[in-house]
Amino acid sequence: MAHISRDDVERVASLARLSLSEEEVARVRADLDRILEYVALLGQLDTSDVEPTSHVMPLETPLREDLPEAPMDPELALANAPEHDGYAFVVPKVIEDEDEG
Amino acid sequence: MSHPLATLAELRRALDRGEVSSLELVDAALARAEASARSLGLFLGLRSEAARDEAAAADARRARGALRSPLDGLPVAIKDNMLRQGEPTTCGSRILEGFVSPYTATAVAKLVEAGAIEIGRTNMDEFAMGSSTEHSTLGPARNPWHPERSTGGSSGGSAGAVAAGIVPGALGSDTGGSIRQPAGFCGVVGLKPTYGRVSRWGLVAFASSLDQIGVFARTAADAAWLFEAIAGHDPRDSTSLPEPSPRCSPDLDGDVSGLVLGLPREYLVEEGVDPRVLAAVRAAVSELEAAGAKLREVSLPHTRFAIASYYLIATAEASSNLARYDGVRYGHRAAGAQGLTDMYHRTRSEGFGAEVKRRILLGTYVLSAGYYDAYYRKAQQVRTLVRRDFEEAFRGCDAIVTPTSPEVAFPIGSRTEDPLRMYLSDVYTVSANLAGLPGVSIPCGFAHDLPVGLQLLGPPLEEARLLRLADAYQRRSDFHLQRPPEPA
Repeated sequence: MAHISRDDVERVASLARLSLSEEEVARVRADLDRILEYVALLGQLDTSDVEPTSHVMPLETPLREDLPEAPMDPELALANAPEHDGYAFVVPKVIEDEDEG
Repeated sequence: MSHPLATLAELRRALDRGEVSSLELVDAALARAEASARSLGLFLGLRSEAARDEAAAADARRARGALRSPLDGLPVAIKDNMLRQGEPTTCGSRILEGFVSPYTATAVAKLVEAGAIEIGRTNMDEFAMGSSTEHSTLGPARNPWHPERSTGGSSGGSAGAVAAGIVPGALGSDTGGSIRQPAGFCGVVGLKPTYGRVSRWGLVAFASSLDQIGVFARTAADAAWLFEAIAGHDPRDSTSLPEPSPRCSPDLDGDVSGLVLGLPREYLVEEGVDPRVLAAVRAAVSELEAAGAKLREVSLPHTRFAIASYYLIATAEASSNLARYDGVRYGHRAAGAQGLTDMYHRTRSEGFGAEVKRRILLGTYVLSAGYYDAYYRKAQQVRTLVRRDFEEAFRGCDAIVTPTSPEVAFPIGSRTEDPLRMYLSDVYTVSANLAGLPGVSIPCGFAHDLPVGLQLLGPPLEEARLLRLADAYQRRSDFHLQRPPEPA
């Protein structure tokens, strides 16, 4: 049973901000198909009354004293940036061609 | 000079008696790591100069009677997904080449405070996604027992470094078995603590509800030392448990009388398991019975659904966690992009390897509109059933015994073309991550001249009980004392 179409792979790749070559699309399509076929075995279980587990430990929000702490030095936070200007990360143009005038 | 395969405890005694200095131990560890770099590929980077300086400082502390802890001056290795300020962390990925950590992971900081000396960063599957330590910028790590065999993964470099006698202890991380499976393949002890026992602050996230830092060592007693040093609540990780770090070492007295071992009937079946692996595990169970443990059959009926649930949850969380690698704040940025979206695409396509891409795509798919309930929510519901299986089983036993893996270390390259088959090798380990339980793998024999791992699983927070059982077994066996052949 084929779950995954070519369009599916391209749609998901676009959501994940990945560009795939023709070869990669074919490969991913085959791999995901096989994996999804395998996980379909979960359909054998009736889970209609089962609460989902998102986290194993009971999550209580721990409170602490509201004491000021030194934040990370901005220089350090920027040190790994491929490009920065002052205290800002520089990225390529976001809006194309419209900011010319 | 002490034996390269000496334990932390033995090296501690040698240091205390003045038979060796910390600098000599660190020099020897670095020399072994360098000598095996080509043949085994266990390290992504060595801290040669810094480690020597730190060893000299540890020797000075000893000279003035100011040791920080029993670990002071002992060499360790750390998986390359835990940050250390001012030093590289790559996660075996091209996308983090050149990244310099701006802060230090809590587990690493605690080892440093204890005086342990990190000699370097161990090889791993990219972003800890894999079971073989082949998906790395460096190339595959090689099993010290057989260089054509996998170390397992994803913490294969750490497991191999302990097995090869380069270091007596190491840190790894375990999301679906990434400590226990390589420990089994390499014939060392690997402890994955209860979820939340060890802070995840500074551990590069793969699947946040499953990730847990743990330790490798040659003996259960050494593993207890390392575990005690890194465990405990951390205000920087709100999912870390409130309990203080446990004292396990006093429990390691060899006495397991009265402890009930659960044998899950779903795990100890011939189907899909190497019969020689099963035979070694059964012999180990008999040995624990002879030591005073009681045996009882238990059932974990949802075992066969665990892998499917795990891979849906882990990939969903990974697709979200890895969205941060966008070429903006750190890491690789592709050149020549036309606009921001194109930069994201090029950066991520160049920076991630094939297995990471595959998992991001699967995770994105199962979280996408129209599929969320059918896949992700369903997997979380099955996760509840897996947890309940263990809660039920632990009403009748104190620990559960299984093989760590259904097989011994497989040949390098034999699974990379078949991702599903690679995933299935985690059949015995993923359930503990889904349920958040502690687990330990210990050497329990050999099959086909390769180590076999015995896995012990316990209820939450019962690491000391698992280590007590592991230690009792090691007092009655010598598999952990066997040495792999010297690298060619």
